[in-house]
Amino acid sequence: MVTIPSRHKSLVLLAGVIVLQVLLLAVQIKRDSQGRLIRSWTVSMVSPFERAGSYGYGWFRGLWRNYFALRGAREDNDDLRRENNDLKLRIAQLQGKAAEADRLAVLLSFRQAHGNVPMVAARVIGGSPGAASLTIELDRGEHDGIHKNMGVITPDGVVGKVIEAYPNTAQVLLLTDKESGVGAMLADSRIQSPVGGVGEPLISMKYVPNDDTVNVGDRVITSGMDRIFPRDLPVGTIAEIKPGNPFKQIRVKPAANLEKLEEVLVLLTLHPLEMSKDNNSASSASAQPTPDATHAPSAAKP
Amino acid sequence: MNDAFDLRIGETHIEVHKFRAGAILIVTLLALVMQAWVPLRLPGAGLLDLPLLVTIYFGLSRRNPSTGLLLGMAIGLLQDSLSGPTVPLGLYGIAKTIIGYLASSIGARLDTEHPAARFALTAAFFVIHQAVIVLTRRILLAQPEPWFNLHLLAAAFLNAFLAVLIFLLLDRLRRPS
Repeated sequence: MVTIPSRHKSLVLLAGVIVLQVLLLAVQIKRDSQGRLIRSWTVSMVSPFERAGSYGYGWFRGLWRNYFALRGAREDNDDLRRENNDLKLRIAQLQGKAAEADRLAVLLSFRQAHGNVPMVAARVIGGSPGAASLTIELDRGEHDGIHKNMGVITPDGVVGKVIEAYPNTAQVLLLTDKESGVGAMLADSRIQSPVGGVGEPLISMKYVPNDDTVNVGDRVITSGMDRIFPRDLPVGTIAEIKPGNPFKQIRVKPAANLEKLEEVLVLLTLHPLEMSKDNNSASSASAQPTPDATHAPSAAKP
Repeated sequence: MNDAFDLRIGETHIEVHKFRAGAILIVTLLALVMQAWVPLRLPGAGLLDLPLLVTIYFGLSRRNPSTGLLLGMAIGLLQDSLSGPTVPLGLYGIAKTIIGYLASSIGARLDTEHPAARFALTAAFFVIHQAVIVLTRRILLAQPEPWFNLHLLAAAFLNAFLAVLIFLLLDRLRRPS
């Protein structure tokens, strides 16, 4: 309790009484704006504090939001960045799995469409160790029934044949290798001729006489004469045609994407096969033997 | 009220007067009534400020600043109330509060029993009273009011002269010491 000296009590009382009466006046007085003077005074007195309070609050809020509340922002940012990277990796994995699932679905569909043909799906786990040969390595081998000279295909077309079978892996010679060959024929004209690799992306159709009519874009399918691949599997399409002596120089673009193989099907038999025509590729629909198609030599190389 | 007693300030002994019971109240009410009534009957009586004279007298006599300012406040507020809606409550209240305080403070330090002192003090208080009113009107009411004119001077002397007479009458209301 503040003690006021007795000689000052009357002064304090005077001040209080006058202030009270001034306030009393202010309550009664109206200015030009018809507002009470006490209201004007009150607003004038309070507004600076309100303004200061508002400014102080805004300053404090800004300080809090822009500084204190951001103390953990760096950690949060790092966490979010890590989470973002993880999610990106996860998305890439899922996209890969989705693509793989799509490919496997195609393989499964192909297998179901050719239920009479024994085959096993295999994953490509390796490629050619050098430029001298064009091969791939599969994750399945003899334990899965795979043996040498078995055909390897994809739903798109012929891939090659097994050249070595190990207990758990197998090595496949691609169709583009120089040593590779497949009994084939033109889907429309039924002209038979083996095709083989030349060590380049395009393969060669070797024994088509100059007199036979062949057009770029004609489809080439398996003839079954090599006793490795069943008839009517897509081999490729005619890409280039040059006159030769005595045979045309024909280059064929393989139907299967041999440069990006990931899953393949291995035909589990060494006996001649006949693909079910109802579910085969479009080429099988018009696949009919022609009399002049028999002059071609045997397909596969030894 | 109690009997009079001496107020000792330094070497000076100043007597503090007490009044008969109800004297202050009756005088105050009488002054207010006459202030409202006399100007209606007597032209020129508007220059008089009887409540102010009462405030000055009791302030000088009681010599207690607190009592003086409270009495001034009460008289002023009553005068405001009787002055109609054109005079806001507090206008005379503030002025007479200050006069009551000043009169009591001066009365405690000076001998104000002499008629000349009473005349001079009353004239001075009248001017101060008017100055406070003008100040209040200018600042609070935003009403332009002249600070000084001959009318004010005449009123000051008239009230001072009348105060000398009235104070003598009021002295009779004092309790004998």
